[in-house]
Amino acid sequence: MRFVFKTDYDQDIRILKHSGYWWSYGVLLAVLIAAPFLLGSYLQSQLVFVFIYAIVGVALMILTGFTGQASLGHAAFLAIGAYTAGFLQGHGVPFIVYFPVAAVLTGVVGALVGFPALRLTGIYLVIATIAFAFIVEEVLARWESVTHGNEGMRVRTLDLVGMPVPRDSSAFYFLCLLVLVGAVLVALNLLRSPTGRAFVAIRDSETAGKSMGIDLAAYKVKSFAVSAAITGMAGVLFAHKMTFISPEMFTLLLSIEFIMVIIIGGAFGVHGAILGAIFMVMIDPFLTALKDDVPVLAASVASSFGMAQDAAAQLQEKLSKIGSAAGLKGAIYGLIIMMFILFEPYGLYGRWLKVKLFFQLFPLYKRATFKRQKTYVKSERNR
Amino acid sequence: MSLFTVDGISLQFGGLRAVDNVSFSISKGEIFTIIGPNGAGKTSIFNLISRLYDPTSGKLFFEGRDITEVPPHQIAKLGIARTFQNIELFENATMLANLLVGRHCHATTQMWQEILFLPSVRRAEKDHRRKVEEVIEFLDLQAYREKLIAGLPYGVRKVIEVARALCSEPKLILLDEPSSGLNVEETDDMSFWIRDIRSELGITVLMVEHDMTLVNRVSDRVLALNYGKVLASGTPSEVQAHPDVIAAYLGA
Repeated sequence: MRFVFKTDYDQDIRILKHSGYWWSYGVLLAVLIAAPFLLGSYLQSQLVFVFIYAIVGVALMILTGFTGQASLGHAAFLAIGAYTAGFLQGHGVPFIVYFPVAAVLTGVVGALVGFPALRLTGIYLVIATIAFAFIVEEVLARWESVTHGNEGMRVRTLDLVGMPVPRDSSAFYFLCLLVLVGAVLVALNLLRSPTGRAFVAIRDSETAGKSMGIDLAAYKVKSFAVSAAITGMAGVLFAHKMTFISPEMFTLLLSIEFIMVIIIGGAFGVHGAILGAIFMVMIDPFLTALKDDVPVLAASVASSFGMAQDAAAQLQEKLSKIGSAAGLKGAIYGLIIMMFILFEPYGLYGRWLKVKLFFQLFPLYKRATFKRQKTYVKSERNR
Repeated sequence: MSLFTVDGISLQFGGLRAVDNVSFSISKGEIFTIIGPNGAGKTSIFNLISRLYDPTSGKLFFEGRDITEVPPHQIAKLGIARTFQNIELFENATMLANLLVGRHCHATTQMWQEILFLPSVRRAEKDHRRKVEEVIEFLDLQAYREKLIAGLPYGVRKVIEVARALCSEPKLILLDEPSSGLNVEETDDMSFWIRDIRSELGITVLMVEHDMTLVNRVSDRVLALNYGKVLASGTPSEVQAHPDVIAAYLGA
C-alpha cells in the first residue's frame, strides 16, 4: 500500500495526487485517444454517447451528488442546449459562438429553475423539476416558428471554423472527449475550492452551512446554473450526434436515464458519473441482444430437453412477445435502480473502491469497512 | 466594554414563550455560561443569536452593532461562530473538508475563478489550509485529517465541531453543550480547551452546559434560565446558591 508523505499544501490541492494517478490516467487517456483508430464505427459511436451521457452525469453529479438537490429535469436542459444549437446554426451562427451561447442560456434557465429550489426539498423539488421538464417539452412542441414543433428539426453537420466535423468522424469523437474532460475539470476545480465545499455542506447540513456563513440561496442557484450550463453543452453535442431533434426525444424517461447514470455509477464522485454513463449506454444494446436471443435460446434448450417442436415454437413466440412488450424497458430500468439502491448504494464506483481496497489490504480486508452507520440524532428542526 | 449584548429578547412559538425578555451582556475575554433545566430556552437563545430564529421582540448587539436584522449567513463573517448540541457536521466529507467549510466566511474568490482554478484561488486555498492546520494542532486532531466524519466516534466529532467553529477565527464562540455525550476524560480535555480558547486565542466564550463541574471549573459568570425567564446571574457559586435556582432544579 502506498503511503503519501505530504510536505506541502500543493500536494493536497493537486488533482493528480501522486505518480500512480499520472500512470493510470495517462494510460486511460492514451487508450481513449487510440480508440477511434482501433474500434469499428459502431463502438466509436457508442463511445460518443458514453461521453455525452457522462457530461450530463458530471453536471447532475454537481447538482445531486454534491449539492443534494435532486433533479428529474435534466432532459429539458439537454433539450434547451440542443434546440439553441439547432436554431442558431440554422441562422448561420458559427459553432464557436452558439456552443457557449447554448451553455450560458441553459445556465440562466437553470438558475431560474433553482429559485423554487430554495423553498423545496427532497421529493417536492423532484416534482418541481418534473413540472419544469414537461413545460419545456410542451413549449418545444408548440413554439413552431422556432422549434418546428412535433415535426422536429434537422441539425446540419457541425462546422468547426470552416472544417466540417461529421457525426461519425473521429474529430467529433475528440470534440466530445474534450468537452467531457473540460466538464470533469470544472467539477474537480469546484470541489477543491470554497464553492464546491459549500455545495457539499448544503447537502449534509443546511443549518450548519448557514451558521458557517454559506448563503444557501446563492449557492443552490449557482449549483443549478453550473449543472444546467454543462448539460446545455452536452445538448449541443447531442443535437449534432442525432442530426435530428424533436420534442419526444427529451422525455421524462431520458431524465430518469440521467438520474440512473449517477445512481448506478455512485453518487459521490466524478468517477461515478463516467462509470454510470458507460453502463447506461451499453445496457441498451445488451437488452436488445437479450430480447432477440433469449427466446431462440430458450426454445432450443426446451426442445433439446424433449419438448415437442410446436410447443417449443410456441414458447419462443411467447417469450419474444414478452420481450417486445411496451414499457418493458422502463420496468427493467426501475428494477436496476432498486437493485443498486438495495445492494450497492455506492454504485459501481463504490464497488470498484471496495475491490481495490480488498487487494490493497489483502488478506486483512473487513466487510464492515464500508458499513453505513445510522445516526439518530440529526436535527431537522432548523432547516 | 461589553462585546455582546442581549437586550430584552423574547421568542414566541404560538402560545409558548420559549424566551421571555432575557437580557445579559458579555465582556470581551469572558467565559459566560447559560444553565437551566431541559426546555428552559437555552438553545433557543443560541438559535436567536445565530439568527436561525427571528426574535419576537428585543435586540442583539455585537461590538456595538445591532445584529437583530442581519441574515444568518453573515453572522459568521461578523465573528460569531457556533457548535450544535446534536452535532451538525458534514457527515460525508473528510474532517479537513469540514474545517475548510469553517473558513467559508473568509472566502474571497468568485466561482468563475474557482472553475478555472486561477493562481489567486490556489493562494487563498493555501492560506485557508495554513489556518486550518493551526486549529488542528491546537485541538490535537492530526490523526483524523483524511477521515470521513461518518466513521468517527462521538467524542472526536464533538471536538471537530469546536475546531470547525474556531476555523472561522471568531471573536465570540457559542458552544452548545460541549460536554454532552463525552466521558469524564474527554470532558476534562474539553474544559482545558475551553480555557485555552479564551486565554491563548483570546476568543470570548458563550456556552450552554449541564455538567456543573465543568461549569464551575471554567465559567466566569453564569446565567440561570427557567421557562424562558432569567432566574439568576452572577458567579457560579452565587447562582448555585440562589434559592430560585435550587427550586427550579429540585422543586420548591
